[in-house]
Amino acid sequence: MGIMAFTLTYNVALVMFGAGVLGVAAGVTGTFMFLRKRALLSDAISHATLPGLCGGFMLMVALGGTGRALEGLLLGSAISAALGLLAVNFLKSRTRLSEDAAIGAVLSSFFGLGIVMLTLIQNMSAGRQAGLDQLLLGSTAAMLREDAEMIAIGAALVFMVGLVLHRAMTLTAFDENFARALGLNVPLIDAAAMALVLAVTVAGLKIVGLILIVALLIIPPVTARLWSNRAAYIWPIAGAIGGASGLIGAGLSSLAPDLPTGAIIVLVAAGFFLISLLVAPARGVLASAMRHRKFQRRVHRRQGLLALAQGYRILEPYTRKLLQREGCVRADGVMTERGQSAATAAQRDEARLAYLRSKPDYAEFLSRHDGLSDLSRAFTRDELAHIDIRLEDAS
Amino acid sequence: MSGAEFVPLSLPPILIGILAAIACALPGNFLVLRKQALIGDAISHVVLPGIVLAFLVTQALDAWSMLLGAGAAALFAVVMIDVIKRVSRIEVGAIMGVVFTTLFALGVLLLEQSSASSVHLDVEHALMGNLESLIWLEARGWASLLDPVALAGLPPELPRLALTLALIIVLLILFWRPLTLSTFDEGYAESLGLPVRAISLGLVMVAALAAVTAFDAVGSIIVIAMFICPAAAARLMTDRLRSQIWWSVGFATLSASLGYVLAGYGPLWIGLENSVSAAGMIAAVSGLILALTAVFGPKRRPATA
Repeated sequence: MGIMAFTLTYNVALVMFGAGVLGVAAGVTGTFMFLRKRALLSDAISHATLPGLCGGFMLMVALGGTGRALEGLLLGSAISAALGLLAVNFLKSRTRLSEDAAIGAVLSSFFGLGIVMLTLIQNMSAGRQAGLDQLLLGSTAAMLREDAEMIAIGAALVFMVGLVLHRAMTLTAFDENFARALGLNVPLIDAAAMALVLAVTVAGLKIVGLILIVALLIIPPVTARLWSNRAAYIWPIAGAIGGASGLIGAGLSSLAPDLPTGAIIVLVAAGFFLISLLVAPARGVLASAMRHRKFQRRVHRRQGLLALAQGYRILEPYTRKLLQREGCVRADGVMTERGQSAATAAQRDEARLAYLRSKPDYAEFLSRHDGLSDLSRAFTRDELAHIDIRLEDAS
Repeated sequence: MSGAEFVPLSLPPILIGILAAIACALPGNFLVLRKQALIGDAISHVVLPGIVLAFLVTQALDAWSMLLGAGAAALFAVVMIDVIKRVSRIEVGAIMGVVFTTLFALGVLLLEQSSASSVHLDVEHALMGNLESLIWLEARGWASLLDPVALAGLPPELPRLALTLALIIVLLILFWRPLTLSTFDEGYAESLGLPVRAISLGLVMVAALAAVTAFDAVGSIIVIAMFICPAAAARLMTDRLRSQIWWSVGFATLSASLGYVLAGYGPLWIGLENSVSAAGMIAAVSGLILALTAVFGPKRRPATA
């Protein structure tokens, strides 16, 4: 261990555990929003909690309390987030505005209202110590055991509800009409998903804060999507990535006194995303670069063989290197026996393709064929013989 | 309220608020029509890491280097969104969410680490700006508006925003035709040989310019709100783009001035001692205007298919 020895104190362990469970719940919940193509709606929901938080605080103070009772704050934030959602839905369905404008408008005006109320609270005598502004970006410095337990229990509940609903949710996300035909209540499922997003936001207020919680709802599902095309795999992967981000991020942020926990958790998740973007099998940068190189190699080989068949010498260095490695030409550029047969085969396939292109019947086949692959894999020997006879007739 | 009090303390912030609001609302009209409203959201988030990085590099709160840093961050974010979208073939909204939250988290981390050296930069400042503190100490009353010595003491944000707004207006007039064509019918614009991708990137860059200049004075809440709310409300008032833009300018001006006055004097009217966040109030007022147009606007209904 280096200079900053990692000591797993009880408090750190608590925060890590809470953040880990929160990450799992956020990853699973976010998957549905992402597959439903509404990832950024979560942003509106989380920002819209602020006026309710402040309102709950003010009301509790007005009723004579300290305003710090968590239940009151949670209830307030749930109410204002629900109002925000209703506003988004109203703007989207009753006016000509599109969903993105509705999300942005609700997000900014609710958050603005929340900031106004926050400054009001900071001017109140009870508000100075309330620390409500810490909920914007989260703070784990003074986290109590009850807080961590509540976060973990809340997140675990969200996770379990998500588990129960995930089939109905993925079905709805992929094909709304099919889900409806199966008798699923689509608006109810949407509402349940949004309630889960709200629950994740509220559970994450203390650790991640309401500005950055949306990152935990979006980054893990997008990362999981890079690894798999199947919804059945995406949500567990997203849950695992979210959980690991929470656990590792909370651990890392305990290494130094003023590392912001929420930001570190988000950056760990972003690290998972970046690595996946590089190395993921189908959608990764490396994989797509390799696919590109492979295709390039095949085009060069084919063009080289066709040139050989017509008696040209290969001058282009890359093509020459390829054919030499395959043993089709010697170091001095002269064609070998093996090269001869490969060149003939390539020329024959090219002639067959030219014949197929002249026949409208094969248009569908040609639209799928890359013009390079061996035709003997696509046609039976008889079919090829038939084509060759036609070719001879023509010549 | 007398001129001697209003001109130095309230006039500059109101003017700055109005200029910032209009500068954001103008490109906002096109972002809303192109269903790219959330690009504005993304840009205003990534301005934070840009400004913090610029500060860490130059070790000074110099306005121009911050503008440069924020602009670079916005460009970086837009390019990243585009590259990741192409490589991964994932829906752009989600990609945007990944990029802007990551960069914002980076900004928060850098900020918390550098705030140990007690600089005048914190997350709340980034969110809410410091509109209230942009006062004009040299002014003695309305007469100072004609006094060159006093005018030299205006907060520098005011001329900077005025310049930005003028530039945006000039660009809007110059590129009016290609911009509107590619906004309403991208395929048609492309068939005319217009560089639609360049136009789209140019619009985003103008939005970034507006966001970056406004951010310093008014914070990111107003920037997001002004990109979207006035333009969206204007869209519910009219079918014509020209009048939509005029409506949005009107709504932006109304939000900024009414919001500032309500935040500054509203609490006093109801017997409280301190004013509340002007930035938050301006955003809330713009949302209220949108709510009113959504209920009463003459063109609020969705097109019937």
